[in-house]
Amino acid sequence: MSTKLFGEKVQRVEDQRFLRGKGRYVDDVLVGHGDGGVLHAAVLRSPHAHARIVDIDVSAVLDLEGVHVVWTHEDLGAMAPQMAEPLPLLIPHPQLTHGRTQYALAKDEVNYVGEAIAFVVADDRYLAEDAVGRIRVDYEFLPPVVGVDAARAAAHLVHDDVPGNVAARMEQENGDARAAIASAPHTLSLDLTIERSASMPMEGRGTVARWDPDIGRLTVWTSTQTSTGVRAAVAAKLGMDLAQVDVITPDVGGGFGVKINHPWPEELLVPLAARSLGAVVKFTEDRREHFISSAHERGQVHHVEVGYDDEGRVLGLDVQFWHDNGAYTPYGLIVPIITSTQLLGPYKPGSYRVVFESLYTNTVMVTPYRGAGRPQGCYVMERTMDAIAAALGRDRTEVRSVNFIQPDEFPYDQGLIFQDGRELEYDSGDYPASLEKLKALVGWDEFPAFREELAREGRQVGIGLACYVEGTGVGPYEGAHVHIETSGRVKVAIGLTTQGQGHATAFAQVVADALGVRFENIEVVSGDTRRMPYAVGTFASRAAVMSGSAVHLAALRAREKVLRIAAEALEAAEDDLEIVDGVVSVRGTDASIDLGTVAVLSNPLRYAFDEASKAATQFSVGDPGKPPVAEDDEPGLEGKDFYSPERSTFANGMHAVIVETDPDTAEITILKYAVVHDCGRLINPMIVEGQIQGGVAQGVGGALYERMAYDESGQLVNASFMDFLMPYVTEVPAHVDIDHLETPSPLNPLGIKGAGEAGVIPSAAVFASAIEDAEGIPITAMPISPSELFELRQRHEETS
Amino acid sequence: MSEELHDVRLRINGATHELRVPARRLLSDALRHDLGLTGTHVGCEHGVCGACTVLVDGRPMRSCLLFAVSAVDSEITTVEGLTERDGSADGRLSPVQQAFAECHGLQCGFCTPGFLTTITAGLRDNPEPTEDEARDMIAGNLCRCTGYANIVKSVLRASEIARDA
Repeated sequence: MSTKLFGEKVQRVEDQRFLRGKGRYVDDVLVGHGDGGVLHAAVLRSPHAHARIVDIDVSAVLDLEGVHVVWTHEDLGAMAPQMAEPLPLLIPHPQLTHGRTQYALAKDEVNYVGEAIAFVVADDRYLAEDAVGRIRVDYEFLPPVVGVDAARAAAHLVHDDVPGNVAARMEQENGDARAAIASAPHTLSLDLTIERSASMPMEGRGTVARWDPDIGRLTVWTSTQTSTGVRAAVAAKLGMDLAQVDVITPDVGGGFGVKINHPWPEELLVPLAARSLGAVVKFTEDRREHFISSAHERGQVHHVEVGYDDEGRVLGLDVQFWHDNGAYTPYGLIVPIITSTQLLGPYKPGSYRVVFESLYTNTVMVTPYRGAGRPQGCYVMERTMDAIAAALGRDRTEVRSVNFIQPDEFPYDQGLIFQDGRELEYDSGDYPASLEKLKALVGWDEFPAFREELAREGRQVGIGLACYVEGTGVGPYEGAHVHIETSGRVKVAIGLTTQGQGHATAFAQVVADALGVRFENIEVVSGDTRRMPYAVGTFASRAAVMSGSAVHLAALRAREKVLRIAAEALEAAEDDLEIVDGVVSVRGTDASIDLGTVAVLSNPLRYAFDEASKAATQFSVGDPGKPPVAEDDEPGLEGKDFYSPERSTFANGMHAVIVETDPDTAEITILKYAVVHDCGRLINPMIVEGQIQGGVAQGVGGALYERMAYDESGQLVNASFMDFLMPYVTEVPAHVDIDHLETPSPLNPLGIKGAGEAGVIPSAAVFASAIEDAEGIPITAMPISPSELFELRQRHEETS
Repeated sequence: MSEELHDVRLRINGATHELRVPARRLLSDALRHDLGLTGTHVGCEHGVCGACTVLVDGRPMRSCLLFAVSAVDSEITTVEGLTERDGSADGRLSPVQQAFAECHGLQCGFCTPGFLTTITAGLRDNPEPTEDEARDMIAGNLCRCTGYANIVKSVLRASEIARDA
């Protein structure tokens, strides 16, 4: 008798190949035969943040031995007219009045250090880089615009035809926030900043393409978060039919958002080169390239006006912010829209107005990084809550409590439009219960005694908390295909991609339960457009919600068909059948049939190919008076379904941290980190906790260590792992205490809410809260390093 | 501008490989692209992330900071060589590999080979580490997915598995 696998900590099936060194990442594709026949690409990138290209001289490269292709922008149009046009603006929005995207290879002007200018294909990467080094470009320098302040001042423009450097201005309001603030008993204003960071997966971007002239087909392997998106882009840009292009996402060494943007220049140039050379072409990004040519995120500046009552209840909240979108806006306004809406978190301000400007700078473009605008919003809201508590002299948890949406108020409409163009309506949650759990977990009420105890030893500690709500599982849809083979093994295909979340395990758990098949007989394939051509992608913590639901529905469809065929074969009523461990049996009898045989029967055959299939041939089965396949049926034992929700589902959580700050060195040490998390029902708690642990570590990096250090000329001066301080084990909390609250989502069949991004959302907020508590100095800029804290102390002493 | 090629003989996972490479060919590239041992991953090419760590005469070294020509005469172990032979096609997972599977010590798996080789060597030197020692053992490798907690657990669990074997 199988037990239910949903909710079990099942070990991951994908680990077997990863642990043996048998994973297949994009740079591994078509290796293994001495790498023969694979050509390698390298890209000449702009060394200047803002310049006009006067001339490009590739003559020193053209005749180099081992070099096959040297392309600049002027070469592209002849091969494929669309390649000479700008890259797609993926998510248009009416307020994105001045959206701009780059070219696959720069045309006339470069707008950030790292922008692709020329593309070389050679026998190996070493030769390709040699060739890149010999290309000569004449530039006419233009003044660079670096940082939000420079963009707002607009003394210089990034794009000549974009006044004020403003790509978009957007405003939303629920109620009359300014009037509410004007008449509120108390008011406050805050100015808050948060710096740039980036996803920084251990594997950078990469693309391999093979053109098969015999069948006129292009196969592209790419390290992406959306294989269907890349497929559509490649077909459109190369002027091919969708049916001629297959995109396969191999194992992906982390994404964290940066690989949802597409197509990257190389995702088009590599297939184009493969087609024009008739060869296999590979591009593998190196780490410096990842820093300067893949996307960043976070950088925003906020101004908050808030009016509140004696209890700390927010009556009016008016937020203005400036979002640094970098040089281009391929991903539209998604990040600032998410910031502006998810800023509200679990709270219900009496009224809310938010206005943002999305600004161009001569820096790497900004597209979603895990959290996707939410960390900024959470930081701003939670800083505001802390400021209100400080002003009123009330406990920070009390101020949050009076502002919480209550459990009986769901569904709760925030009166705004969310990133998917639909209402921001929360479906479920129990914020007061979560807060109680968090207080218990971190020891909130015991903290004052702890602080005193340590103060006696001359040590200084602080506690902070932060709450967030995360819209997860945005549409439009995902699908799944379940195929029961005549061997009884089950092949499942989902269209979105996977980059470490254990989809092959979690979704096999879902199928095992829905279908009654042993877990080890189920294989899940993701991100292969040959297997599932309709899909959206892996982002916004949507895979479990979207594909999980689709897999469940598709498995149920397959199950229906299994029962129908088995009932006929066993001469029993469908209601009397059960499926256990891949065998359909009539309850309370010995009559049974295994799934493999049902699969044989599902496909009426003329030709037998083995013993089992004889049972489905024309002289063995079927009513001679009826068509072998009924009018409303089709051959094969398959189930396919799509899940398309009305709107997002809203997960939530709260983090608390206790930090110690060194009175002399200002070193910040984490003493305790606690997480309470509500992502609805958990398919595999081991995987969910792994996501949270990983998110917390990434958040620690974002709050205390990581930043993109641009100088005034637009050079990214810390573009290596030596200088961009990603946490090692020594920087992350040794233990994260995690507690779950499960309020199932009413919106999907499994009651799931997403979890992937959660761990990283409240990090800047929770550390700012704790460091402020330890130091008694307002923290208004994150991340914060020991030297910055040290300087902050000095400034504070001077002014107080 | 043909490059001068050098004949090198590399001992990798107990087998001998002969190849002709330019002097500048990195060991990581030779392993991956010339010999097809793609289990060794390259995360930064400047020796910081540790994903490319292989064992050279038993000591963990960054294969992105070594030239293939300089690895001649050394016994190299890559992640593919950690699995123990048990007659099956795939071999049996070593205690360190087994521990990672049990403790969810990996997510995307890209940094994992470097951790596995590093810990294999670390446990040889210190078969029963404390938790602090386990953290020290992995303190030179970057992972962006796991937050390290389950990797530390994996080190301790690997020590247990090896002891009980």
